[in-house]
Amino acid sequence: MVRYSVEKEYQGMIDAYQKAGGDKSALQSKDTAKLVVHENRVLANDGIRGLKIDTEETASGVKVNFTIEKGTKIDRPVHLCFGLLPKEGLQEIIMKVDAQDDSEVSVIAHCIFPNAVKVIHKMDADINIGANARFDYKETHYHGEDGGIEVIPKARVRVGKGGVWQSTFALSQGLVGRLDYDFEVFCQEKAVAELVVKAYGRGSDDIKILEKIHLDGRGARGMAKSRLVLSDRARAEVRGETYGNAPYARGHVDCMELVNGTEAVAVAIPMVSVTVDTAKVTHEAAIGSIDRKQVETLMARGLDENEAVDVIVRGILK
Amino acid sequence: MLVVENLQLKLNGNSIINGLDLHVGKAEIHGILGENGTGKTTVANLIMGTNNYRPTGGRIVFEGEDISGLSVSQRAKRGITLAWQEPARVEGLTVRDYLSLSAKNGQADRIERYLLMVGMEPGQYMDRDIDATLSGGERKRIEMASVLAMRPKLAILDEPDSGIDIVALPLILNGITEMNKQGASVLLITHSEKVTEVAHCVSILCAGKIIRTGSPLETSRWFKNNCLTCPHINEPLY
Repeated sequence: MVRYSVEKEYQGMIDAYQKAGGDKSALQSKDTAKLVVHENRVLANDGIRGLKIDTEETASGVKVNFTIEKGTKIDRPVHLCFGLLPKEGLQEIIMKVDAQDDSEVSVIAHCIFPNAVKVIHKMDADINIGANARFDYKETHYHGEDGGIEVIPKARVRVGKGGVWQSTFALSQGLVGRLDYDFEVFCQEKAVAELVVKAYGRGSDDIKILEKIHLDGRGARGMAKSRLVLSDRARAEVRGETYGNAPYARGHVDCMELVNGTEAVAVAIPMVSVTVDTAKVTHEAAIGSIDRKQVETLMARGLDENEAVDVIVRGILK
Repeated sequence: MLVVENLQLKLNGNSIINGLDLHVGKAEIHGILGENGTGKTTVANLIMGTNNYRPTGGRIVFEGEDISGLSVSQRAKRGITLAWQEPARVEGLTVRDYLSLSAKNGQADRIERYLLMVGMEPGQYMDRDIDATLSGGERKRIEMASVLAMRPKLAILDEPDSGIDIVALPLILNGITEMNKQGASVLLITHSEKVTEVAHCVSILCAGKIIRTGSPLETSRWFKNNCLTCPHINEPLY
């Protein structure tokens, strides 16, 4: 339920989300589990059977305990909406996730900062995925055009035997500002981890990505994937690390950065390590410009050069 | 519709196109037949303005306007398009997106029809990305559908038959005929006399120059008897 005193604030968040291209019906539906947090205030918290979302407001943000009970399979995605509408502020989310054995859930997080001039958004997550549980997490950011924002998402994820963790972090609407992404996953036997980061850096954006996967159990599998496009004076450093520490573990690091223009700077540092002879970890990293032939193909269908580049970038970051 | 006069291109001091003259009429399928290395793709790039090629001499006139200095987009907006010999693949762009971009001038509701014209089942392909998961032949047929969707005035088709298997070739040729039925002129660039059978008129290219123009049957015979057996490709005696 939405508390009356915060109704206006809640509407502001939904309007900003819709303006950024989101589907607001997902945040308004009564059948959908959701959590909406503006600054350090919880505006909506609607759980459903088998899913418990406990929150505690702090001076600078919110503590969230997110529990999916054993064997619970949630059909519809759970929506989390975090944001800050004023130009300045700090939002710290401390998140504890417990996806118990055999549970299944898909979570879509919307992070909305349309007016940020001096804003910090931090997330510290401690995530436990039980045996044979499955957790899909998609986080999409909607920023304004000022770039005065720091986004610092950090997560430590443990995936139990046969469990699956899939996460996608996307930041391609508005300026990134400063991004310091740091996700580390530990996989037990036959567990699977897939980390994907997509970002479009423009202006003076400064992007740091660290994706780290430890394949600690027999037959564990992991992939750290990143897709970045940089224009203007944007800079990015991507580190993808995968450690094959158990028999028959399989891992892959896949990093692609495209640089559009002469001032943007892209760095890719893939790191792979194997400590058992039957484990195998591979990597590929590519930094290049936007393919001229792709651009001309779309121009030959009538698109202007900038429109063509935009279509290609949106495709890569989709 | 298209008049190319004394077209020349020099790259790094080498003459690639040497005074090429070409006329393509309205709703005409005009074949350009030539061996490898005779300058076929370069001609396509010069007319479309792609690959940063700009003529070092001569004129390219489309509907009375010299288009040599126009960008690729500007030429496309005037109704010219190009289907590449090896079409680009774009991650994250679906067949539906690609055809819709081409068909943005009020034809978007008919894009499925264009896929069917080249023998592709829309339900099977519409939501697939035009990336490396498509075979070369599938990608070529999608390229043809995309040109059909654009309904251009002039379609330049660079080796539309290369990489196409024997089953798919009639579908590609059908696409060319459909394009022509829509009223488009087609510049059909190929090294295969078989493909030029759908053309109204064929020119033979050698060393960046048109050395003969005539009916498909006559030029095809001439090409077989002279070019395929020629020991000095790109050093024309005629």
